[in-house]
Amino acid sequence: MKKVVSLLLVFASLFVLAGVLTSCADRTTYINVYNWGEYISDGADDSLDVNAAFTEATGIKVNYSNFASNEDMYAKLQGGGSSYDVIFPSDYMVERMIKEDMLLPLDYANIPNADNVLPEYRGLYYDKEDKYCLPYNVGMVGLIYNKKLVDEAPDSWAALWDKKYEGQILMFNNPRDAFAIAQSLLGIDYNTTNTADWDRVLEKMKEQKDVLQSYVMDEVFMKMENGEAALAPYYVGDFLTMRDNNPDLELVFPKEGSNIFVDVVCIPKCAGNKAGAEAYINFLLNPEIALANAEYLYYTTPFKSVIEDEEYSLKDDPYTFPSEEVKANAQYFHNLDEDTLKYMNDLWDQLKVESESSAAVYIALAVLVLGVGAFLALKISKKKKMEKMYH
Amino acid sequence: MKDRDLKTKLLSAPYLVWSVIFVVVPLLVMAYFALTDANGSFTFDNIIHVKNYADIFLRSIIYSIAATLICLVLAYPIAFSISQCNPNKQRVMIMLVMLPMWMSLLLRTYAMMGILSDNGILNSFFTAIGLGPFKMIGTPGAVIFGMVYNYLPYMILPLYSVMCKIEKSTIEAAQDLGCNAFHVFAKILLPLSLPGIASGLTMVFVPSVSTFYISQKLGGGLFDLIGDTIERQFLGSTGGKNLGAAISLILMILILICMAIMNEFTDDDNEGGGVLF
Repeated sequence: MKKVVSLLLVFASLFVLAGVLTSCADRTTYINVYNWGEYISDGADDSLDVNAAFTEATGIKVNYSNFASNEDMYAKLQGGGSSYDVIFPSDYMVERMIKEDMLLPLDYANIPNADNVLPEYRGLYYDKEDKYCLPYNVGMVGLIYNKKLVDEAPDSWAALWDKKYEGQILMFNNPRDAFAIAQSLLGIDYNTTNTADWDRVLEKMKEQKDVLQSYVMDEVFMKMENGEAALAPYYVGDFLTMRDNNPDLELVFPKEGSNIFVDVVCIPKCAGNKAGAEAYINFLLNPEIALANAEYLYYTTPFKSVIEDEEYSLKDDPYTFPSEEVKANAQYFHNLDEDTLKYMNDLWDQLKVESESSAAVYIALAVLVLGVGAFLALKISKKKKMEKMYH
Repeated sequence: MKDRDLKTKLLSAPYLVWSVIFVVVPLLVMAYFALTDANGSFTFDNIIHVKNYADIFLRSIIYSIAATLICLVLAYPIAFSISQCNPNKQRVMIMLVMLPMWMSLLLRTYAMMGILSDNGILNSFFTAIGLGPFKMIGTPGAVIFGMVYNYLPYMILPLYSVMCKIEKSTIEAAQDLGCNAFHVFAKILLPLSLPGIASGLTMVFVPSVSTFYISQKLGGGLFDLIGDTIERQFLGSTGGKNLGAAISLILMILILICMAIMNEFTDDDNEGGGVLF
């Protein structure tokens, strides 16, 4: 009996321990950082390894992991069971997370470098009082083209619908970014909640399917760098990376306008080391670290110190720092309400499901079904005959 | 006697526990999500909504039937010729069949994207010999090719293992009694290898019909299959997991029906033997 009791006690304590390990346990020796893939200067190509430098400076270890989309990250945090201290959502996602009370307010006493943020990126619509987050990177979407594969430089998103380039056009493989391009062309607000507007967007997208080579995300690097496609919309920072490998690539900000986004850094409710997280955020805003990130990532920096730095090589880059005119024409994504979001995802499914399966396919299938049916009927009748013969 | 029963039961206990935790419970969870809405109340809406995806179900089934049949046609002669080799050679050949499986399916498919692309190795070769470049990537053909390429070993292995068990003397006897090559195949080889065909068909068809990565990469996102649709439901942040679970449930039922039909084709319980011929 004693043995059984002690065994039970061991089990019980194991459960308690497991609970402590997976819940928001307080800790001071390490932080869990959850960022986009390839979105920090990590020591490759002689760059500065930001995480290693942070550990060296503070003694706090960094557990670094990646996500592929805002939605993935959101689903993981909502699912619970994970304890992240620092996350990097985009503008519309942080708006949603603030609304759903998933973030901790920042303690600015621990983030003296917050002054480094340019005034134009303070108090934006998603967090008007800068209570929960600070900007990390700013980016825009542009139209990338291969000089050798197009007759003339495009200036409009309409090029992505041009029959001339049939089979050489790529498109975003996610609903928000892809629909935004059709919305620009149709003059519809990116954040419209009008279902009729969204239906028009779907029609426009269906028209495009005939001329598309494929819907892509990361594959865009390979395809554009190898000259397999002539035109693709993508993020400007990534375009500069592609151009390093293929100098024939160019980018234009189409006249209809495009998406501008801010990726921010913030602390989720389930953080176990808030002080460590704030130290990390402060570290990212440090002029030297911010410069290393800006040089490595090619994204637009929201930090004063970088822009004023003499050594910053992208200072006059027309892609990293688009003209005021381009910026004035750009729109932010806002958090869509649940119904609109659902409607949009549904339309995206429709776009992907729709096929040219003609009558011939249905006839072929009907013949196949009839054939199978006839065969089975034949077999069963034969079997019955056999049984009769034996009995 | 009773003791032995208990012992055999104990032997199966580890798998039983395993399958309850990792097969039965997840299936129940899936059924629960399929039959509830985002707030957890009971509904058939998800199941009814699945009808909007009929086209994509159809496409998945047609592509995977095509892939399965191509696999069968390719694998049958290979498996037969391997089974006729001497044992040492057999081992080498089987290793060669398995070799691609040592590498991850994701990597193989990603590499295939480059090979099939418009400026890829294959097209450079075709252009060099004057056949002109072909459009391969982003076509239904590429998706089916990807399925065949990835799942061919699953057809060869079961065929090979039943063919190894066919006595050479049976074939020789048939030849002695005046069968020509076709009749040896139709009367001896085919009926005896039916169990291998049955398991090969299942092992290729089931992963093909539910595949998701191959179609995205080789079909360029233009020929998504049902697996891609399910994946998309779960990656969104809109509580699409109920719909995703419903599509998965319907897919499972469809697969069960397809397998039942296939079993009817290949089960050999009637003494008549050559029903097919």
